[in-house]
Amino acid sequence: MKHRYLPMTEQDKKDMLETIGVEAVDELFGDIPEKVRFKGDYQIKPAKSETALMKELYKLASRNADLKENVSFLGAGVYDHYIPVIVDHVISRSEFYTAYTPYQPEISQGELQAIFEFQTMICELTGMEVANSSMYDGGTALAEAAMLSAGHTRRKTIVISSAVHPEYRDVLKTYAKGQYLEVVEIPVKNGITDVDVLKEMVNKDVAAVIVQYPNFFGRIEPLKELEEIIHEHKAMFVVSSNPLSLGVLTPPGKFGADIVVGDAQVLGIPSAFGGPHCGYFAVTSKLMRKVPGRLVGQTTDEEGRRGFVLTLQAREQHIRRDKATSNICSNQALNALAASVAMTALGKNGVREMAAANIQKANYAKNAFKQVGIEVVYDGHLFNEFVIKLNKPVKEINQMLLQKGIIGGYDLGRDYPDLANHMLVAVTEQRTKEEIDTFVKELGDIHA
Amino acid sequence: MHNQDQQLIFEQSTPGRIGYSLPEMDVPETDLNGLLPEGYLREEEPALPEVSELDIMRHYTSLSKRNHGLDSGFYPLGSCTMKYNPKINENVARYNGFAHIHPLQDESSVQGALELMYDLQQHLKEITGMDEVTLQPAAGAHGEWTGLMLIRAFHEANGDVLRTKVIIPDSAHGTNPASASVAGLDTVTVKSNENGLVDLEDLRRVVGDDTAALMLTNPNTLGLFEEHIIEIAEIVHGAGGKVYYDGANLNAVLSKARPGDMGFDVVHLNLHKTFTGPHGGGGPGSGPVGVKADLIPFLPKPVVSKQGDEYVLDYDRPQSIGRVKPFYGNFGINVRAYTYIRSMGPDGLKAVTENAVLNANYMMRRLAEYYDLPFDRHCKHEFVLSGKRQKKLGVRTLDIAKRLLDFGYHPPTIYFPLNVEECIMIEPTETESKETLDSFIDAMIQIAKEAEENPEIVQEAPHTTVVSRLDETTAARKPILRYQA
Repeated sequence: MKHRYLPMTEQDKKDMLETIGVEAVDELFGDIPEKVRFKGDYQIKPAKSETALMKELYKLASRNADLKENVSFLGAGVYDHYIPVIVDHVISRSEFYTAYTPYQPEISQGELQAIFEFQTMICELTGMEVANSSMYDGGTALAEAAMLSAGHTRRKTIVISSAVHPEYRDVLKTYAKGQYLEVVEIPVKNGITDVDVLKEMVNKDVAAVIVQYPNFFGRIEPLKELEEIIHEHKAMFVVSSNPLSLGVLTPPGKFGADIVVGDAQVLGIPSAFGGPHCGYFAVTSKLMRKVPGRLVGQTTDEEGRRGFVLTLQAREQHIRRDKATSNICSNQALNALAASVAMTALGKNGVREMAAANIQKANYAKNAFKQVGIEVVYDGHLFNEFVIKLNKPVKEINQMLLQKGIIGGYDLGRDYPDLANHMLVAVTEQRTKEEIDTFVKELGDIHA
Repeated sequence: MHNQDQQLIFEQSTPGRIGYSLPEMDVPETDLNGLLPEGYLREEEPALPEVSELDIMRHYTSLSKRNHGLDSGFYPLGSCTMKYNPKINENVARYNGFAHIHPLQDESSVQGALELMYDLQQHLKEITGMDEVTLQPAAGAHGEWTGLMLIRAFHEANGDVLRTKVIIPDSAHGTNPASASVAGLDTVTVKSNENGLVDLEDLRRVVGDDTAALMLTNPNTLGLFEEHIIEIAEIVHGAGGKVYYDGANLNAVLSKARPGDMGFDVVHLNLHKTFTGPHGGGGPGSGPVGVKADLIPFLPKPVVSKQGDEYVLDYDRPQSIGRVKPFYGNFGINVRAYTYIRSMGPDGLKAVTENAVLNANYMMRRLAEYYDLPFDRHCKHEFVLSGKRQKKLGVRTLDIAKRLLDFGYHPPTIYFPLNVEECIMIEPTETESKETLDSFIDAMIQIAKEAEENPEIVQEAPHTTVVSRLDETTAARKPILRYQA
């Protein structure tokens, strides 16, 4: 069989079999018991040529309504943001994307240094002292933060705000079951975590309190107030945060957060139907030796040159086995690289300017909805999302909008039964005034 | 700073330079102070670099030159299946209809994506011999944990709440026990026998009514096929436990033996290994899990299924363990794996395994004269050598690995599995030519000779890399984990 990925010729095969001392390749599989040997061929689709396959898959991709052809107001944890063109050029360098985890530092300095820079940038944005090399995504990072908290405090209850992303909460519950932790949800009052209820719920059994900043409804949680309540009971203060928003928002580190997690998808990573994205995990220095996942540290070589290595590996699964702080191995290195390039391109000024543009455009859209008589629910300070109340099911409205090339907002009724007919609208820096005006007009017409 | 140091991006920053081009600000602006609560407008700016676009490209290009990827050279890292990462995969994954779709769009607007996921599941079911597959887990370790959570849910649904032990061979990867622990299960080790295979007597001794599962890689981490797999499965099933297949080594048995036919109940796959992910310098991966029929009710939700001509996300799964990840898995990696499977077809996948196993056996035979071969039988896709002979000459396996860097190779996996002294684990994969294997073998032979005649050159290696051996002890004792001006 000839295939462009398989260089072996008949002559090679003959020579190699001779060296091995067998007649046929089949003999090498003689240790597979007859009873379990697979005979025949997989009943799967036959191979296609490069051209034919690309054509077929292009057609398949074209059956999806993408965010390039359509105008999106959908967020809820995944956003259509500016991705500097150079990001894809950097991550397409195959020295990066075809490498494995940098186990051999002498020939992996590029990847290691890039991760070290990523760790630094995440620390800068979150106001934390230590950040790891990445996690799968924001949801599993949040679950790992809960597990770290439980292990560190030796307590078994995790309190989480219902204004945290519903899918993140679902992931947490699955992990909590694994670890025999109890998860308690705090209700929302006017779109913000209900502080009075929180006060009643935090006690000496609570390992961590988890809130989202900005929260799932786009609102700014009162971290200062929350911190006092949480630390009074020596629980861990965990904040799940959109890292882009921290270009303008006071970082959670400033408010005394113990662990800050989130997803760097907003920084240079395409939506890709929900993954791969890029979780991040940042902590105070006292938790440094409990962080899950890989950490890159600076050191020197025998000649005194600066270099980088994977470090504090005593925390990790390949050394600690069942005593490891987490089972994570592969994380999202290439996407962390993408986020690094985006953060580098944006730099100190761009990240603030981009974050501010989100606030400005979302507020503009919010006010425009009010002007056409659509009610804004949970009205108040926001980052780039807000909630509107409609008089028809959101699913139905979104199908109408799609006909006009608009991807409407998120149907909150899916997760919050009392928010049926409520839409979570996301407005990023990508949306033009014209697009916003059209969206508001179309929705106004449907709503009228 | 040393004069040969590679600059950090932060050290190249100059106030006033920018590397971005944001969309126009075309709505009326309001003072940010009025748009945020008091005390929540950031005062201290994050110290991100200020550099131009060309500066950025030069920086990362220069970093990339300090990195060895599979496209740079041979990468026989055992158990990692460093095969060629086809470029078509990268192009397809970047189609707008795959890269730029939102996971929460109406299902009717993402039928192409759901169809691809469904069809990938169908292909993986056939390849593994399992009854259903979920694509949700993000990586191999995540798949392991998911699989164990499924097994736990299965036992609990049967009222079997005391099944809390996972049996793991002493040759297993450290992830296996770590995953068990995160799933709330305890680990019991089963010994390997003198042939490197699971010791059946020891297995009979450790199974019992507290057995949740046995986790096994087959072929195992020594590259040896567990010949007694049928008995192994019978012993565990007989005790009421489930048998878990760690798919790290699936490249060895494509079209030759399917986990489902060997008696496994749960399988995880590393799409970034066997199915050309790529590895990305440490992810993103993808770790789908396949199960037999009795475990289907517990799969993470949503499940992608087909109703008539429509593809749907099925959330109505009352016995599901819940979500293991937001959304539906690492879709972008799944697109690449699907593209690969469709590029190979059934004949191609069969040839993959045959060539991978032929390559490994060829290398093993040629190197056996120069290095100790602890298990002298046909291997599968990888094999282990021991550096015992060289150790006596004062040359450690680590030194051999570092010396290989001077020849332009990424070294094999070393000191794993733990049950082989001075272990060197080599996996050539099927995409390497005989010429490449021969050059690598020649280098290994030369190093073996150097160990006898001139050990210093090996002990002091590498000699040609951008940095020499790094001080890992200080890195761990006095950690510097971020740049500070």
